[in-house]
Amino acid sequence: MSELFVPVLLTIITASTPLVFAAAGEVVVEKSGVLNLGVEGMMIVGAVIAFAVGVKTESAALAIISGAAGGMLTAFIFGFLTLRLLANQVATGLALTIFGLGLSALIGHGFVGKTFSGLPKIGVPFLEQIPVLGPLLFVHDILVYLSVIAVFLITYVFNKTRLGLIIRAVGENHHAAHSIGYSIVWVRMGCILFGGSMAGLGGAYLSLAYTPLWVEGMTAGRGWIALALVVFASWRAWRAFFGAYLFGGITIIQLHAQGFGVDIASQFLSMLPYLATIVVLVLISNNSSRMMLNAPADLGKSFHASD
Amino acid sequence: MRLELRGQVSERMVYCSPVFAVIMTFLTGMLIFSFLGVNPTQAIITFFVEPVSSIDGVAELCVKATPLVLIAIGLSFCFRANIWNIGAEGQLTIGALAGGGLGLLFFNSSSQFLMPGMLIFGILGGMVWAGIPAFLKIKFGTNEILTSLMLTYIALLILSYLIHGPWKDPEGQNFPESRLFPEAGLLPIILDETRLHLGWIITLICVPVAWILMTYHLIGFQIRVMGMAPMASNFAGFRGKNIIWISFLISGGLAGLAGTIEVSGPIGQIIPVISPGYGFTAIIVAFLGRLHPIGCLLSGLLMALTYLGGDNAQIELNLPNAVTGVFQGMLLFFLLASDVLVRYRIQIIGYKNKHRNVE
Repeated sequence: MSELFVPVLLTIITASTPLVFAAAGEVVVEKSGVLNLGVEGMMIVGAVIAFAVGVKTESAALAIISGAAGGMLTAFIFGFLTLRLLANQVATGLALTIFGLGLSALIGHGFVGKTFSGLPKIGVPFLEQIPVLGPLLFVHDILVYLSVIAVFLITYVFNKTRLGLIIRAVGENHHAAHSIGYSIVWVRMGCILFGGSMAGLGGAYLSLAYTPLWVEGMTAGRGWIALALVVFASWRAWRAFFGAYLFGGITIIQLHAQGFGVDIASQFLSMLPYLATIVVLVLISNNSSRMMLNAPADLGKSFHASD
Repeated sequence: MRLELRGQVSERMVYCSPVFAVIMTFLTGMLIFSFLGVNPTQAIITFFVEPVSSIDGVAELCVKATPLVLIAIGLSFCFRANIWNIGAEGQLTIGALAGGGLGLLFFNSSSQFLMPGMLIFGILGGMVWAGIPAFLKIKFGTNEILTSLMLTYIALLILSYLIHGPWKDPEGQNFPESRLFPEAGLLPIILDETRLHLGWIITLICVPVAWILMTYHLIGFQIRVMGMAPMASNFAGFRGKNIIWISFLISGGLAGLAGTIEVSGPIGQIIPVISPGYGFTAIIVAFLGRLHPIGCLLSGLLMALTYLGGDNAQIELNLPNAVTGVFQGMLLFFLLASDVLVRYRIQIIGYKNKHRNVE
């Protein structure tokens, strides 16, 4: 039994990790009251830069760092436009996605068909020898561990630290937070940059470990699914983590379904993650009082002291 | 330097900022070209002048602008009402399948009613697909940004299924393409020896109609009020639900129309890739055109030029045509950035202002 299921479960982890990064990062961004719809764009820029650096330097560490930096730089454009120039967040996010897809294709032009050796697997000493659970949970590449640590840290920061409280205050009522002396722009900029680097890591995981190849438009809507996951998770990082695994599971099961003799055209199975997103959104938003309680009150609003 | 809220929206800046954005995009574009090792002046000529230096080129520009303008006009209604339909690409695809499907069903017809029928089916197809996020938003309060986008991916998969399966041309050597539409299912060419088709005329008719609807009709007024002041719209007794329906159906219908025009105009059959992202580019067109039908027409032409320029740059300068996407994204960035001047004025903080009371 385990010989059959461990590989399937392992691929689920691989498919879910990019979503974990992107969704957890966006939780932080939205908690600070900013709606960044450019996750897809930041992810794909992270993916292409990580891959390009990986191919050029053969160094996994450099590739990962530059993927995160790529996402962060893209996020900076968004932060500058929405925070300093008070541009509409929805429109700027869309622009970021369009720009990111174009820019990544331009950068990745010379890297189509190149290969990267993939990320090395690191086993946790002793724990990796546990039968079944060992290979399943304790032999992964660095980014899988990092995704779990990041979710844990984000949850901790929001629930137990002053920093988390400040971010939440800025997201709930920016005028109140401003009046007691917090810099709305810098708190939000910090969160946007963090979210960008997380999206970049998610993209880097796609191009370094998931495929590992560069294909134009390879994020294929994952950034958008991550945005839906944030709503699904009602703005909690650990719920976003489980949501990401749910979606990763659906993605992989759809791939294996035909192997198990399910006689449906592959396109219909590929629709499942997108359909599931819609269904989940409907179920969540149907309970509007709960939505209102959890959504940051100033989500998506521009801040200017004179307003 | 800091921003100061203007007492009133600056009318002048509303029209100046697109011009400013275009100029900035040109300048940054030249910088990028020189970075890529291409002579910037040469590149700008290749990109923006050469493609339209012949009758054929101008005709091609209009062909490309047709879907962009149509979709952008529809989106203007949505965006004005603060409704974020970003699934126009999916609505275009379903429209193309609905209209094109009718053409395939009557593949040996020569009836003059086939073409109008296809266009109507296309509009209905787009409306159905846009109706889903509208329904979900009204009934469950579901965020329309995400649902309309997810429906785009689903629409593209339906297209892929149909042309790999039931709609594949039986005599097509297994290529994933439908059979060709009959002559009666193709939009007539209106300028000999070019690809300029009747769709351009349809677009030119839609522009004033949409203008009247938006500026002088009650529906347009309600849409604008709901977007600018939702509370006032409520007090006035406008029905929010109806406005959501109307703006979604207008934009879905126009996107569906654009899809049918694409397949029955320049393409002539159903193929795996119907649109190179017109539905997304149209978002930029709508904003650049100030959410106004006439503006959409002008900005649609400009954006069509970036497609032609991208293709030309690929052939002449050996640049990847992804440059187009970079240009389009940059244009929207600059536009959004300069739009700050519509509501705020830049104030250079000097001696005088330092000692003024800040309200």
